Amino acid sequence: MHRDSTLKKVLSWAGLILLLIIFLFPLYWLAATALKDRMQIMAIPPQFSFTPTLQNFKDIFFSSSGSDTNFGFFFRMSIIISTLATFFSVLFGTLAAYSLSRFKVAGKDDLMFFILTTRMLPAIATLVPIFLMYRNLHLSDTVHGMVLLYTMFNLGFTVWMMKSFIDEIPVEYEEAALVDGYSRWEAFLKVVLPQSITGIAASAVFSLIASWNEFVYGSILTTRYARTIPPAMSVRVGSEGYEWGRIAATAFLYVLPVLAFTFLVRKSLLRGLTFGAIKK
Amino acid sequence: MAIIGLRDVVKRYGQTVAVNHVSLEIKDGEFLVLLGPSGCGKTTSLRSIAGLEDVDEGQILIDGVEVNNKRPAERDMAFCFQQYALYPHLTAYNNIAFPLRTQNVPKAEIDRRVHEVCSLLQIEDIFNRKPKKLSAGDQQRVALARAMVRQPKVYLMDEPLSNLDAQLRADMRVELRRIQLQNKVTTIYVTHDQVEAMAMADRIAIMNQGVLQQVGTPEEIYAYPATLFVANFIGSPSMNFLNCKFDKGSFSLAIKSNGETLQFQIPHSIIQNLTHLQDGQDLVLGVRPEDVIISTTPIENGIQVHLVITENLGSENIHHLERNELHLVSRTSPGDIYNEDQQLWVYLEPEGIRLFDKETEKAI
Repeated sequence: MHRDSTLKKVLSWAGLILLLIIFLFPLYWLAATALKDRMQIMAIPPQFSFTPTLQNFKDIFFSSSGSDTNFGFFFRMSIIISTLATFFSVLFGTLAAYSLSRFKVAGKDDLMFFILTTRMLPAIATLVPIFLMYRNLHLSDTVHGMVLLYTMFNLGFTVWMMKSFIDEIPVEYEEAALVDGYSRWEAFLKVVLPQSITGIAASAVFSLIASWNEFVYGSILTTRYARTIPPAMSVRVGSEGYEWGRIAATAFLYVLPVLAFTFLVRKSLLRGLTFGAIKK
Repeated sequence: MAIIGLRDVVKRYGQTVAVNHVSLEIKDGEFLVLLGPSGCGKTTSLRSIAGLEDVDEGQILIDGVEVNNKRPAERDMAFCFQQYALYPHLTAYNNIAFPLRTQNVPKAEIDRRVHEVCSLLQIEDIFNRKPKKLSAGDQQRVALARAMVRQPKVYLMDEPLSNLDAQLRADMRVELRRIQLQNKVTTIYVTHDQVEAMAMADRIAIMNQGVLQQVGTPEEIYAYPATLFVANFIGSPSMNFLNCKFDKGSFSLAIKSNGETLQFQIPHSIIQNLTHLQDGQDLVLGVRPEDVIISTTPIENGIQVHLVITENLGSENIHHLERNELHLVSRTSPGDIYNEDQQLWVYLEPEGIRLFDKETEKAI
């Protein structure tokens, strides 16, 4: 009996460690590549012990070969556009979800389905019309244009996610506030909002990751002034041969913020991901 | 302090009529209990008064002024929810202070009033706890404190005690009633528990399927039920009912059971006026268990029965009696003990006999 449970423990730990290695290995490889010089990167067999260098990180920020390689700018764009897009999609998503959850809306089910359909087409399918529209409206390669676009494509998701969260908050809380002398808006701010923090955090993470990772629209609609990291990085692959060291350094810096943010809100995220699966 | 009026109020949900032409007036300082089985429209009526539901027809009046189009906040009522609806993100103190925070009450005054109601309800020691960490009884008290702190015109309570265990419920019942008598605030209290209703109410309004059945003091409702529904709903065990036909010539009731017909002579001291009854009219004879008197020897105008079973409840005995398909329940003092299958005679107390029209289900 005792032996059995010890064996079980050892096996499950071994399994977990194996999984962890599988999942974390790419991240390790990325970091290692970013810290190697060109010779070490290309070495066969791969080197596991080497003297780390920060040259690649220096290069991507302070390289002299034109503004295209100035990743400080692209990072800034990524941060500004993703943050704003996340903020607006969560803001509008929450308000829309509240209305759809609480009020009589004519054709509510159809409306919800319509909102869902905005997520059904792959980006590539809408690329050409959006490209033409953006060109005519002078929105191409602008920060506000990209924020608008990312907000829009995140909105379908945040509305659905927030609605399921708000549906779970008993309506009596607001009714209590309404009877206690608060207006609908105050009741929303003071009663509903504090209770939907988990939902807001979860939808914010998803929106942020989606905007942060977005590649297709970014590579076609931006050239310079509103270019984010993913399209900028792809250009680097093509132009001067494969600069694996710099690519790895960029990619490493690029995953850090999302990693940090996800870690910070991991509890909410877990609840968001398993939402509805566990009965309270 | 306020008089609440409902005038011909109708509320529909699609095809279902939840509240069907209800008219009712609740007096100033009165404790009115809305009683009925689940789905009878009592909660909907309460929510309509609070302004949480819009009514489809009729008027809701506060002190004679129509408030149909006023927001809940403008009606100056406090609502106690069945699930308490304590804000989970706020401490007990902040939950209680919440209604005052929107009224621009100075901080010191808020603090004074919160302490005042909390000392009344004896919950000053739980101020810093969040609702999750409170026992059901304390949650209930916090919900009450939140309702009372604002000193509203009216308390509306939707089954506030239904989540408590039996002992606590009985205690809170007394506490609630004591506070209400002290404050003299008009209170409308919804429940499906007839004991609660009988114990607390100045007047009871009984509803069934959206229709108001009867309004009266607990004594009136118990002794003079207006309909078969009320007679059946109030009292435990409920009233005995015997189907019968009126025989005008002999001034008696013909009670049929398994082919035989019992002729029951109507006592002349019966309190209902039977002069307008038709000969042969279908009636239902109702009699409370305590008005079914058992005799071990044959008596005049008695019904011969045999004892099926006796429930000994400590303070009283409940005897189940049968004669063919007739079933009668009698309530006696615990000293009265009979043997199973013993032949007995029952006599119906004349003051306790209530006759109902079988067709309309209304009292004669």
